[in-house]
Amino acid sequence: MAEAVRVAGSLRKRLSLTLIGGTAVLAMILFFAVRSYAAQIAQQGQDRILGASVTAILDAATLRDGQVQVDIPYASFSMLGTESDDRVFYAIYQDDLLLSGYDQLPAGSITQAGGATYQEISVDGAQVRLAAASRVLIGANIRTTVSVGVGQTQDALSGTLNRISRNVAIFGGGFFVLAVLLSFWATSNTIAPLQRLTDSLTRRGPQDLSPVTQPVPSEMVPLVSSLNVLMGRLDQSLSRSEDFIAEAAHRVRTPLATVRSYAETTLQRVSKEENRMALRSMIRAIDESSRAAGQLLDHAMITFRADHLDRQQIDLFDLVEDLVVRLTPVADMKDVQIQLSGPKPVTVAGDPILLQNALRNLIDNALKYAPADSVIDIAVHDAPGQHVVVKDQGPGFPEDQILTLAGRFVRGDNAAGSIGSGLGLTIAHEVAIAHGGAMTLANRPKGGACVTFTLSS
Amino acid sequence: MKFLLVEDNIELAHAISSRMQLDGHVVDHASRIQDATAFSQSEDYDLILLDIMLPDGDGTTFLKHHRASRKDTPVIILTARSQVSDRINMLDLGADDYVTKPFDHAELQARCRAVLRRRMGTAQTVLRLGDVAFDPVKGQLTVKDRVVSLRNRELRLLELLFNGPGQIFPKHKLFDRLFSYDDDVSENAIEVYIGRLRKHLEGSELSITTLRGLGYRLDHG
Repeated sequence: MAEAVRVAGSLRKRLSLTLIGGTAVLAMILFFAVRSYAAQIAQQGQDRILGASVTAILDAATLRDGQVQVDIPYASFSMLGTESDDRVFYAIYQDDLLLSGYDQLPAGSITQAGGATYQEISVDGAQVRLAAASRVLIGANIRTTVSVGVGQTQDALSGTLNRISRNVAIFGGGFFVLAVLLSFWATSNTIAPLQRLTDSLTRRGPQDLSPVTQPVPSEMVPLVSSLNVLMGRLDQSLSRSEDFIAEAAHRVRTPLATVRSYAETTLQRVSKEENRMALRSMIRAIDESSRAAGQLLDHAMITFRADHLDRQQIDLFDLVEDLVVRLTPVADMKDVQIQLSGPKPVTVAGDPILLQNALRNLIDNALKYAPADSVIDIAVHDAPGQHVVVKDQGPGFPEDQILTLAGRFVRGDNAAGSIGSGLGLTIAHEVAIAHGGAMTLANRPKGGACVTFTLSS
Repeated sequence: MKFLLVEDNIELAHAISSRMQLDGHVVDHASRIQDATAFSQSEDYDLILLDIMLPDGDGTTFLKHHRASRKDTPVIILTARSQVSDRINMLDLGADDYVTKPFDHAELQARCRAVLRRRMGTAQTVLRLGDVAFDPVKGQLTVKDRVVSLRNRELRLLELLFNGPGQIFPKHKLFDRLFSYDDDVSENAIEVYIGRLRKHLEGSELSITTLRGLGYRLDHG
């Protein structure tokens, strides 16, 4: 019955992966955005200081007697001091002529600066930020351009940037971890109603096909409605098939009962031997067919129930005692005595209807083969391994078939002449298996069959 | 004994009635719950045989009313349903026993006797013939002051003979009464039981005579 369900991914996994993946991308974006914004701000700060330094030097440039004089103010370099001891480079040009400073700085980018320009250059393999500006000085008969460039390495800047990056990374990582936890929580929270629905369906008894009435989230409503419709249909078709079985039995057995009663009545009235023979075999055939029909229907019902055991706490001794009381009139007719022994109560968890049917078949069998004035001995045994032993004083099982007799429609060779469909032992065997137990057939040393029906090993 | 048979299938009802009349019982037949209720209120029956599927409702409805009106007439249900599903149910509703169709009349008789024995307790249903008292419900035979418990086959055999003292019962008739149809025994097995009865009746005014080729007869005096 339990067919393997094909699994395609997991909602929980899919939801968690989406949430965690999204969070990871968001954390990366956050990290790079904050980092580049911080770099931009830090760069602007450095540029402003470099610009101020250049302006201060330019302001100090004067024309005296046609000569350019630059008296570099102390502050213009001191303002560039950093904790990382960044190196500072400067160069002052009059037109294209280096007046003072470091000649490695690219002259072109300084003299053609015009207003304030900023650029990234490389000096001696070090990254240097260079600010440059020009100013035109006009004398009596002279017009000359003074250009100033001030550069600074970026060790302090990149130190600051690294610090900021590290903090952002820690912050982003923490955010990510929180988001992962949050996403697990959200996922379980979302899956929970589904889990509750599953639990409530699993806990149901096998006969419970009532619709699901507990509240479910709106997204699950279509699923649950379809489920309810399906269960309604199943319930209907099950009760229809039960009705059908009852109806079939009724249709078959009532006319058989009529025929049997007439045959018996007629048998009382006729005395001619051949007519009597015919009537007797007629009655036998009726019994055989009604018994077969009954056991086939029982077997169908039992196969269905064995898949969904309706386990209840029952007293095995009580159950067997009821059966014995019920079968005593039949035993009396053959002058057979049924003896029952065992402790009480023998509590077992089992399906009462199945157990009753199985054990009745075993006792029926014993009754069928027991000779007149014999005793059928039934013993109920308590734990460990509750079991019932049924012994009779009949012919016993044929030794060579003792292992195959529980198979469907197999009858013993010595069963010729007695009525049976061969399903009785099969039913009992299947019920024992369904309860996790077993059934063993054996012969008694002094003759007679001994069947042990064990509920659980 | 007086039976009420509630069965909607006329053919079957007729078959059962004539079979029971052969055994010397009186049978009233009702086809519907309505009629059955009317019958059971106006007459006292020893036993009610009740079918389950009836045209105007479920036989269990009748059973419920019957029990509610404090009638303690025993009820045996005749059912055609599968034995698995509603066995427990029917006995819970107050039926005393049930038989599944088609049934063996000897089995029905045996069940009737068992039900009556349970129901009647100490009440006596004694038949007397000469100095012998016979209680077919309890299965007891009293010869003078000696009480004998009869085995079932002895009981059924004596029941038949007791109903017709002086009458000749052919062997085959007694045989049908005693053995079920799948018993593989010869008609001579009767002699064993006749022999046992003779032993029980020793010293009484009754005796069983063998009429060679004809059968057996219970003689008085």
